[in-house]
Amino acid sequence: MSASSSLPMAAPSSPTPLEIDSLSKRFGEVTAVDGVSLELGAGECLGLLGPNGAGKSTLIRSIVGRVRPDAGRVSVFGFAASSPEARAALGWVPQELAIYPRLTCKENLAAFGRYHGLSGGKLAEAVAWCLDWAALTDRAGDLEKNLSGGMKRRLNMAAGIIHRPRVVLMDEPTVGVDPQSRNRIFEMIEALRDKGAAIIYTTHYMEEAERLCDRVAIIDHGRIIAQGTNQELVHSTFASRSQVVARFANPASETGAWVEQHAGRLVDGSAEFTIERSTQIAGLLDDAAQAGLELLDVTLRRPNLESVFLHLTGRELRD
Amino acid sequence: MIIPIIRTAITGLRRDRASLALSFILPIAFFTIFAVIFGGQHNSTARIKVILVDEDHSSASLDLVRGLQCESSLAVSTRPASKDKKATPLAEYTAATAEAAVKAGDAPVALIIPKGFGQNPISFGGDSSAPQIQLLNDSSDMIAPQMVSGLLQKAAMTAMPVTMAEKGMQYTDQYIGGFTPEQRKRMDNNLDQLRQLKSQQEKASTAPASSGSGGMIAVKARSVVGTDKRSPMISFYAASIGVMFLLFTATGSAGVLLDEAESGTLDRVLSSRVTMTSLLAGKLIYNTLLAFTQLAVMFLWGWAVFKLDLFTHIPGFLVMGLCTAFAVAAFGMLLASICQTRAQLGAISTLLILMMSAVGGSMFPRFLMPEAMQKAGLFTINAWAIDGFTKVFWRDLPVQQLWQQVSVLLAVGVVLFVLARRIARRWEIA
Repeated sequence: MSASSSLPMAAPSSPTPLEIDSLSKRFGEVTAVDGVSLELGAGECLGLLGPNGAGKSTLIRSIVGRVRPDAGRVSVFGFAASSPEARAALGWVPQELAIYPRLTCKENLAAFGRYHGLSGGKLAEAVAWCLDWAALTDRAGDLEKNLSGGMKRRLNMAAGIIHRPRVVLMDEPTVGVDPQSRNRIFEMIEALRDKGAAIIYTTHYMEEAERLCDRVAIIDHGRIIAQGTNQELVHSTFASRSQVVARFANPASETGAWVEQHAGRLVDGSAEFTIERSTQIAGLLDDAAQAGLELLDVTLRRPNLESVFLHLTGRELRD
Repeated sequence: MIIPIIRTAITGLRRDRASLALSFILPIAFFTIFAVIFGGQHNSTARIKVILVDEDHSSASLDLVRGLQCESSLAVSTRPASKDKKATPLAEYTAATAEAAVKAGDAPVALIIPKGFGQNPISFGGDSSAPQIQLLNDSSDMIAPQMVSGLLQKAAMTAMPVTMAEKGMQYTDQYIGGFTPEQRKRMDNNLDQLRQLKSQQEKASTAPASSGSGGMIAVKARSVVGTDKRSPMISFYAASIGVMFLLFTATGSAGVLLDEAESGTLDRVLSSRVTMTSLLAGKLIYNTLLAFTQLAVMFLWGWAVFKLDLFTHIPGFLVMGLCTAFAVAAFGMLLASICQTRAQLGAISTLLILMMSAVGGSMFPRFLMPEAMQKAGLFTINAWAIDGFTKVFWRDLPVQQLWQQVSVLLAVGVVLFVLARRIARRWEIA
């Protein structure tokens, strides 16, 4: 997808594809989005990383104009989120399979294309392009209900970009998809990004964010608690420190006190420690032996986004 | 282990308000509606409307008119009702206007007492010279003319005793050879007493007391509506059943909105250039066309199988069909926008549609219902639609005569759609 193949739209009043400024949204007593500010550049893929209920979907729905924020501002190329210009520039892939079950792939794409104002040759061209992009050309005449889970997800994605938007919002597009189909979806997103689309990609899978995203914003309880590139986040959180993960044969009730004493924590039965130098490992293991703990195995690990999230929130991504 | 199963089922039913409504409210509502229709409550069976034209104005005809007016099961009118009660009363019916009124459906029966009736009111022995009372009827109502005919004979026996006695004497003279002077004197005395008694009864203003056997009054019955119909009542049933199922179809079709809201498709559509108003308008037009097609198929079936005169009534069918389809489509949209789930929509629509159909005449002709129930029917789409189709297919009235039904159905459609649009704001934005 090239800029020249995008729909004609009013001259942007801002070169920045997406700007979010102090956005807040409450549902009753629950603050779903709490003062979020973000900026997305052209051709950039921003990962929005957070556990379920962190506020990712509400933030996306605010951008796409389906949720009215209580405070703050969203602008797409300088236009307000719910304006016709913003709608033309935005493409949304919702988490749900929001497609018509009784229509074929081709009919689904044509329907959503028409909703975005496409017709005639442009519509036919867009449908053909989307079918190709989603690798569904040979299934164009199949009903949605006859597709595999992965194909349905790809069709759901294609329906979101049928009008060739410049800003694409993808809300957990790989939910419930097998690894092979997930790889296919990654390739689709990479192709989209290579063509210059600005993408926000929400997920609670750290490895997806690491593979696809130029930058990552970590969201928890509706707030962005950190943002930057993968390396920046790890470095700012852990500097040059590494993580040691040790498994003991002893039950957690016996190891807990010892782990806490050495500034570590127990995660899924394994003891995790942050160390400045690798030479500290030997001392740690000596202490464990003296405390009567039987070591099963030990791993030295460079911190990753999951470690960053755990460090910042005290919770795992998939809690 | 049985008790826990029962407990779980009861808890489930308690939480499922739709099932609760269907289980308890619907049967009670239906029982009440049919109890009222069939007069089980306050003996409120509908009185038969009869238009009475007295062209004779003789003592006998006036007696007969009074006798009929005293019949509690008849609602006799001699002139059209004026809408403004303070206005000057309208002119009395004539034979022509009475026939037109029956054709227009104002009353199922008209009685015309011809000139000369008073001279020879009784037709003993099949006297062909006796002037015949004309009974004009609408053949869609098979009960009313039978009842009116019977009550006419009763009124003759009880309201015209002097005429009956005089006529009896005449026949005795004619066929037996007359009375002796002594007998005639006694008869005249008795007749005077009878006249005095009748006068006293009239002053006391009581209804005739006794009933007699029929056949005294010569009556010539003539159907003025529906005589040329090849299959009487088919159009009525096509309209009445059709409207009821149209309501079900339109509601089901509008329910797709709830499916789309649940699947997230609605959100996605509304994030495109499509606005809620254009989305609802699109669905309204689609549902209107769907309902109209369903109606057309039903009437075509009626034409093919039951000889319904569809093709001689195309303009009226198009007008009534489209207006009815529009109103039911808007009704479906409103219900879909009010309900939260498909299950809720199914329950509420079943409840409402069956009640509307019962009261509105889809299950039982409205003209046989008590007056209060007939008026209640006017609050339903069914009643207006059936009335309109009856005008087209039964009374052969031109399209211009449908203005009332068309206006009401269109207004109902617009109001329901505007309401649906307002309620649908809940889907627009969170």
